[in-house]
Amino acid sequence: MLKVLKTGLYLTIQDLGRYGYRDIGVPISGAMDVASVKKANLLLDNDENEAVLEITMTGPTLQFEEPTYICLAGAHIAATLNNETIDNYKIVKVEKGDILTYGRLEVGFRGYLAIKDGIQTEKLLNSRSQFYPVTKKSRITVGAQIPYNKTLAYKPKISEVKIEEHFGQNTLKVYKGPEFSLLSDGQLAEIFTKAFTVSKENNRMAYQLSELIAGHSHSMLTSGTLPGTIQLTPAGRLIILMKDGQTTGGYPRILQLSEESISVLAQKKYGDELLFKLV
Amino acid sequence: MKSYPISIKPFGERAVLVEWPNKVSESILADILDFMDAFKGLKIPGWEMSVAYNSLTMVYNKDHIDFEKTKNIILDCHDKQAKSKTERIQHLWTLPVCYDLEFGMDIEEAAKTLGLSIEELIGQHTSHQYVVYGIGFLPGFMYLGGLPSSLEIPRRAEPRLKVQKGSVGLAGKQTGIYPQESPGGWNIIGNCPVDLFDPTKKDPCFVKVGDKIQFENISKAEYELHKIEGEVGIYEPEKVVLNA
Repeated sequence: MLKVLKTGLYLTIQDLGRYGYRDIGVPISGAMDVASVKKANLLLDNDENEAVLEITMTGPTLQFEEPTYICLAGAHIAATLNNETIDNYKIVKVEKGDILTYGRLEVGFRGYLAIKDGIQTEKLLNSRSQFYPVTKKSRITVGAQIPYNKTLAYKPKISEVKIEEHFGQNTLKVYKGPEFSLLSDGQLAEIFTKAFTVSKENNRMAYQLSELIAGHSHSMLTSGTLPGTIQLTPAGRLIILMKDGQTTGGYPRILQLSEESISVLAQKKYGDELLFKLV
Repeated sequence: MKSYPISIKPFGERAVLVEWPNKVSESILADILDFMDAFKGLKIPGWEMSVAYNSLTMVYNKDHIDFEKTKNIILDCHDKQAKSKTERIQHLWTLPVCYDLEFGMDIEEAAKTLGLSIEELIGQHTSHQYVVYGIGFLPGFMYLGGLPSSLEIPRRAEPRLKVQKGSVGLAGKQTGIYPQESPGGWNIIGNCPVDLFDPTKKDPCFVKVGDKIQFENISKAEYELHKIEGEVGIYEPEKVVLNA
């Protein structure tokens, strides 16, 4: 078991998501920054869909009750294992009783902790990703015991890689959304020339942007939405749906983020600047 | 059964949006469901489809898609789809609702706004069959069509931060049930004791798009009984097959 002594800001268990239940209104969920999670699981020779811990801005304090191997990924948050600094994308051997603590966030917003063989919580509707009401809790609370397999010896194929990371990027690649044609020349000019900033309303469901563009009075029948769908409200606000975003919506879907750009956005926080580029 | 023209738009790297004429209509919904049956019949693994009113979102979970190729498969499938279906089973579900003031905190005001007595409001709400045009917004939340115009009432000016699970509401042309506690701006007129989403069940949501819903007025005592039956897992909502 992995004992949670402190949780940090927002700690959840995530795999790559819950597929096949969109038709009854269940969001995909899963890791916000898929790109980082895949790399960590790859290094540990895990299936890319193994569940990891998703850490938001401030990290947890965790105690390992069985020996295993771990790999940190995503945002750079100063981490120490029994007071010894450990780096991202490096396989680290962990002994029974070891304590992992996190310090200051350096770059990015969401960090990941991958464990050899993955986190072994119960799968619900084919996924371990936390999402209430599919899972009983929407996040991990203090005192939680997270199951994982004991691994005594493991010889990694590669023990460390230098990763080209996506934190430096602030241009999001977008495709035309189903209601793209509703945009006026003025709105288009605003979207593709202005810089936007992430507002305080940003979470696993959606990122709202602070700057408004010209609004609209188009009303439409509720229709499907996806992670990465950018909706435009009548007031002119851009709302970018993320992994826990609802499966349907009633605002025009003007743009759709590329999957790569969802991972880029997942590492942005309040006040970070963004640009849009049509592909 | 009528077949309608469809339009197909790309929706990111692995999805397409298929749209039928921009109307809420049972015969359009039937055409969408016929198309879904036909597409499933092609047995291409990896596709996930969800309906909302006049549109179908189709997501390919395996890989990025080639839009032109996908579009042609869809158009061809829609062209050749069977125009009438007998094997698709649709149900009319009777869902109990307790309209007691304890649950229906807005029912008095809603009745006043609509110029009805509370009894008349309940009478009208329970005498219609509502078509399920989609499930979304929250797991197990049904988009219902067919509300009589006499029950159309604007949303509340200020949404509530917490609407209790099971709350039955009215808003504009819509009526519906909150399957879980949620913020919401609908006028709450009662509560349904039936779980509309239960992730521990093999089929977490028993209602399907295309089914119909009729509400039944129940007393508080019956409400409590259904609630207990639900908790111990012996409650089965009443259903009849529509197209047998």
